[in-house]
Amino acid sequence: MIRLSGISRTYQVGDELVHALADVTEEIDAGEHLAIMGPSGSGKSTLLHILGCLDRPDAGTYELLGREVGKLDETELSLVRRHTIGFVFQFFHLVPRLTALENVELPMVFAGLERSERHERAMGRLQAVGLELRADHRPDQLSGGERQRVALARATVLEPKLLLADEPTGNLDAASGRQVLALLRELNATGLTLVVVTHDPAVARRARRVLVLRDGLVFQRVDGAHVHEAVEALSRDENGP
Amino acid sequence: MSLLGVSIGVAAVIALTALGEGARLYVVGQFASIGTNLLIVLPGKTETTGGMPGFGGVPNDLTLADAEAVVQAIPEIEKGSPIAVGTETVAHGERRRQVAIIGTTHEMLELRRLSLAQGRFLPPLEWDRGSPVTVIGTTLAGELFPGESPLGRIVRIGEWRMRVVGVLTPRGEQLGIDMDDVAMVPVATAMKMLNRRSLFRVLLQVRGHAELDLARDKVTRLLTERHGEEDVTCITQDAVLTALDSILGALTMALGGIAAISLAVAGVGIMNVMLVSVSERTREVGLLKALGAGRGQILALFLTEAVLISSAGGLLGLAFGWGAVAALVAMFPALPATPPTWAVGAALALSVAVGAGFGVLPARRATRLDPVAALAGR
Repeated sequence: MIRLSGISRTYQVGDELVHALADVTEEIDAGEHLAIMGPSGSGKSTLLHILGCLDRPDAGTYELLGREVGKLDETELSLVRRHTIGFVFQFFHLVPRLTALENVELPMVFAGLERSERHERAMGRLQAVGLELRADHRPDQLSGGERQRVALARATVLEPKLLLADEPTGNLDAASGRQVLALLRELNATGLTLVVVTHDPAVARRARRVLVLRDGLVFQRVDGAHVHEAVEALSRDENGP
Repeated sequence: MSLLGVSIGVAAVIALTALGEGARLYVVGQFASIGTNLLIVLPGKTETTGGMPGFGGVPNDLTLADAEAVVQAIPEIEKGSPIAVGTETVAHGERRRQVAIIGTTHEMLELRRLSLAQGRFLPPLEWDRGSPVTVIGTTLAGELFPGESPLGRIVRIGEWRMRVVGVLTPRGEQLGIDMDDVAMVPVATAMKMLNRRSLFRVLLQVRGHAELDLARDKVTRLLTERHGEEDVTCITQDAVLTALDSILGALTMALGGIAAISLAVAGVGIMNVMLVSVSERTREVGLLKALGAGRGQILALFLTEAVLISSAGGLLGLAFGWGAVAALVAMFPALPATPPTWAVGAALALSVAVGAGFGVLPARRATRLDPVAALAGR
């Protein structure tokens, strides 16, 4: 479903040139549950943004569902973002002025759906994440875990094929974190391709496959069960022989 | 704050155009009140006298005989009245007052739509016959005969003894002469009194509005024949009215234009507010893009906001403007100040346009925000 080939991305921070990604080639099958790990600065967030069509690589190609994303114009890209990809962020990013229900309806507003349909589908998603009773609460009236679940409902309301999560449990306590991860697993079980960026090995372990990045390159590929060995290998490599 | 700027701009447009329109209506109304379908004949032509016709220069005299000939020979002229003017002291006993003296005939009552508070107007006489009678204005009557009726009493105009036969109703100023402070006498008497050989004006009423231009041409031709050269100017009241109308109309537009500049300034204010708003909401914009908002949708979002701000300002300005006009009317009741419809419409349309126009730049800037940078809050 996803084919990355020779992806590199460099950007300027002040006077410095930062090589976020050097040369990444990877394939992701439909329905996979993939985790991307690595120390900070390894390029994992950049890779996620490129996968989510929020950023363009400077070199290399990104093929999503058979289409080369780099060749699409801004209008087509916004359509891809709308219908194919769902995004969940570490800091939730809900619109503070809107209720939970209205937040979930937001992508449908851009898609031009009718009000009644929007309402129905939004309530449906809120039910799926167990928050139908909180539909008219504002984000500041919700706990961190509840906010992330609303974000999850929002990300999936247009039935995307790909769900990208950037440190989804990074801002949550252990219990809420487990709840969110369980929901993610449920979604993956229905066939939704899931890519999770995380620094937490406990989160990465639940994935079937893990990519470990370092300095913009894929350092190692392991399956979830062996993630701890990979992490140790990484820290050994970092601290020098 | 920029909303306030827009409302001030709109209010200024409304108040200033109301002022200009009021001035225009006032002047036009003044002219209209002296009668319609009028021709005014003045001695002298701008070319011969070098100045405004009727003042200065040495053209041929515009005589009573000329006036009579015109009224009789031209069928399109319904009636006419000659006018001679000057100033003199009018006295009664110890009281005296210097006023304008208007020498005219009985026909002037109808031509100038005069009305009497007491007594009668000048009697119908042959124009070249004088008579020692006078009709005086309200103020003059009050000054010379306080508390009593002047009818039948004798006053002295210069060296002449005249009997008061009528008092005019209060009228105020009409074309430069205070009609409350005048003494009207038969024209033949006035010309002797004031030592004039030429009339000041001849007022002619034309049968129908459509015949104004034809009548004017005939009058000019007749008098040119009689004088041997074209040394009179014949103005249709229409022409005067039209000229004044367009001058004051232009003035009103100029005032409106000046006020519109302040609207433009407000527009710049809106643009600044929107730019700040966009830069403060980069995260929101990045999020919306991540959720799949198209460029057009983001543009529409910010543009709508800008237009809403400016339209609200416009409506508020409308309220302010009406208030200002009401105050104007209270202070100057004689001035029919009212904002012309085109100005109100233009001001409102402009306020919306200003929001749209000055909101475009910030809105486009919003669409170009990089979602990654935006979401990172950089």
